[in-house]
Amino acid sequence: MTTLSEAESRRIVSDYGVAVSPFVTGQSTNAIVEAMATNQIAYPVVAKLCGRAIAHKTERGLVKLKLADEQALGAACDELLAAARPDDGDVEVLVSTMVAGNRELIAGLNNDPQFGMTIMVGVGGILAEAIRDVSFRLVPITEVDASEMIDDLATQRLFDEFRGEPAVDRAALVDALVALANLGANEPGLVSADLNPLILVDGKPMAVDALLEYDDPDLTDRAAS
Amino acid sequence: MTNLSALFDPKGIIITGVSNHPGKFGFVTLHNILVSGYEGAVFPVGREPGEVLGVPVLGSIDEVPEGAADMVFICTPTSINENLLRQAAGKGVTAAFCAAGGYREAGPEGAEAEQRLVALCRELGIALAGPNGQGVVSTPSKMCAQIVAPYAPAGRIAIASQSGNLVSSFLNMAGHTGVGVSRAVAAGNASVLGIADFLEYFTDDPETAMSLIYVESVDDGREMFERIRPLAEQKPIVVVKGGASAAGARAAASHTGALASDDAVFDGMCRQAGLIRARDVEEAFETAATFATQPLPSGDRVVVVTSVGGWGVAAVDAMADTRLHATKLPDDLMQAIDAKLPPRWSKNNPIDMAGGETRDTIPEILQMVAEHPDVDGVVMLGVGIQSNTAAMMRRGQFYPDHGLERIVDFHERQDARYGQAAAEVSAATGTPIVVATELATADPNNPAPAALRAAGKLCHPSAGRAVRSLHHMAQYSAWRRARGL
Repeated sequence: MTTLSEAESRRIVSDYGVAVSPFVTGQSTNAIVEAMATNQIAYPVVAKLCGRAIAHKTERGLVKLKLADEQALGAACDELLAAARPDDGDVEVLVSTMVAGNRELIAGLNNDPQFGMTIMVGVGGILAEAIRDVSFRLVPITEVDASEMIDDLATQRLFDEFRGEPAVDRAALVDALVALANLGANEPGLVSADLNPLILVDGKPMAVDALLEYDDPDLTDRAAS
Repeated sequence: MTNLSALFDPKGIIITGVSNHPGKFGFVTLHNILVSGYEGAVFPVGREPGEVLGVPVLGSIDEVPEGAADMVFICTPTSINENLLRQAAGKGVTAAFCAAGGYREAGPEGAEAEQRLVALCRELGIALAGPNGQGVVSTPSKMCAQIVAPYAPAGRIAIASQSGNLVSSFLNMAGHTGVGVSRAVAAGNASVLGIADFLEYFTDDPETAMSLIYVESVDDGREMFERIRPLAEQKPIVVVKGGASAAGARAAASHTGALASDDAVFDGMCRQAGLIRARDVEEAFETAATFATQPLPSGDRVVVVTSVGGWGVAAVDAMADTRLHATKLPDDLMQAIDAKLPPRWSKNNPIDMAGGETRDTIPEILQMVAEHPDVDGVVMLGVGIQSNTAAMMRRGQFYPDHGLERIVDFHERQDARYGQAAAEVSAATGTPIVVATELATADPNNPAPAALRAAGKLCHPSAGRAVRSLHHMAQYSAWRRARGL
């Protein structure tokens, strides 16, 4: 099994039509600041160390949140690059807009031994595996299936108006799930995918992390595309 | 699709391994076929010549007249069954139920024997059910070809199960509730015919209204999904799964993989395919019995009708984790009911008549509620309580004096009327009316559950269980509507 880096995963997910938070990558603060200007990414931002071998970023302290200006960003970049270990392989820093939203969903794909590729949506964030409020379907799915997946979750109040935020844009969430299912149906060798969290921003889902796992140990083609 | 008509409606049955020992499978199968009233020809074959249960035992399948039997029921050891199948095929047999064990479940040698059995049946064009299965029941043919009991009353539920025990459970529940069965089959080792094959047959079977399946293992879940989905569009399929596990399917790098328990994925597959998944065996049968005997609701709006208080509250509580909701009573319905009941009635949903009903009130109110366009389903509670009082009067030393005979008679007539009304009004209005009282099990001869049984309807043993059955119907109905079916 091989996992793609967050940046690679984000690009593929985005290609299939799932909204991901705007991001840039680079090996130095200068390169990142330049790319941010080109891509009109404004502060505050989040910076993460990004590489294929890097999982569990939060546990290793490889996520720096709420960076308000270039000085803070520069310090974070230096710290992240210094924290890289030899067995992390090739690394870079990923910088992304800090998106505002109190509600975190999880969406993902899993190639099931009995049912083949499956898609999931659920209550996300760091407690996702403890809460286990999730709903699965077999890929591919229709818009009706996606809508029923949302209905099947126990925590329906999450989709109403919530702490000053609007109710979920169901059509946008349905579209995101159908797009993710299309990824599951069309990516050869895909084993699993995680979009966790998938934050509701003004009611619309936006992935702020992505992890794609393949059974192909040599993924150079995939990364090049 | 394999034609299974010779398995479920054979014109004649060969039974192998019949002896005069009443504890052996061959004897029991012959016995069960004869006592259930099977009208086709029966050809027991055994080693000892003579008669068993008044039927002559043939020494060999060679003695069966050409074309007189199209099904063989196998109760003989693995070593001779291939030979017997060849002889049977030569006589025109096209279906076999192999009750005999000693195959895959018995080890590597048995597994090889099973492979040979499968290959032979394919070569001979025989549809093979089993091996290592309990048998097949088919009420249109009055056939109980099983190595165990029971038979069941005729009805419209078709059953296929990966466990023979569960076939017996469902048949016993059919007998107890009076909601009957069209076909029932235990898949055994399912070496050729599996659950999906039986479901395909049931879907085309005019004797069957809906299917009820018990599943433990799913070898190829994707294939099962693809085959079952088009069937669920045509007739409801209720499934109960054994061996549901909370464990993750594999040690996963991803959160999604860690959250993909067998149960969660199976559940999602059911929702997608339109399968109605019951939580346990009782819920599975009651849901099936409701599908088989009630019209489908067109929405989730429910009105609870009860003769007195607490049961209605329990029913509304039970709706909390379902898609059903106790709808606000429409104004016109409120006024119409108000004209029928004394002022103390609840004036909301649940409609608690507070004992204010007279001879005709309950059927009339039931009719008004069920025919209202803003009501999709009705839960009816509190039936049987008059007869419960009557039963105590009957048993006491004062009966029949002191006017007791007359009042007992009145109470019992009333409850029978309520049960009949539930059946008639639902048929007339196209609105499902699910009825519940614990008297369904505590005193099945109480005139209310007895009248429901006589009308072919299920009387649920509790309000919560009636609500679960109605929920499953509403869920299936919503699944159909969402897909334009």
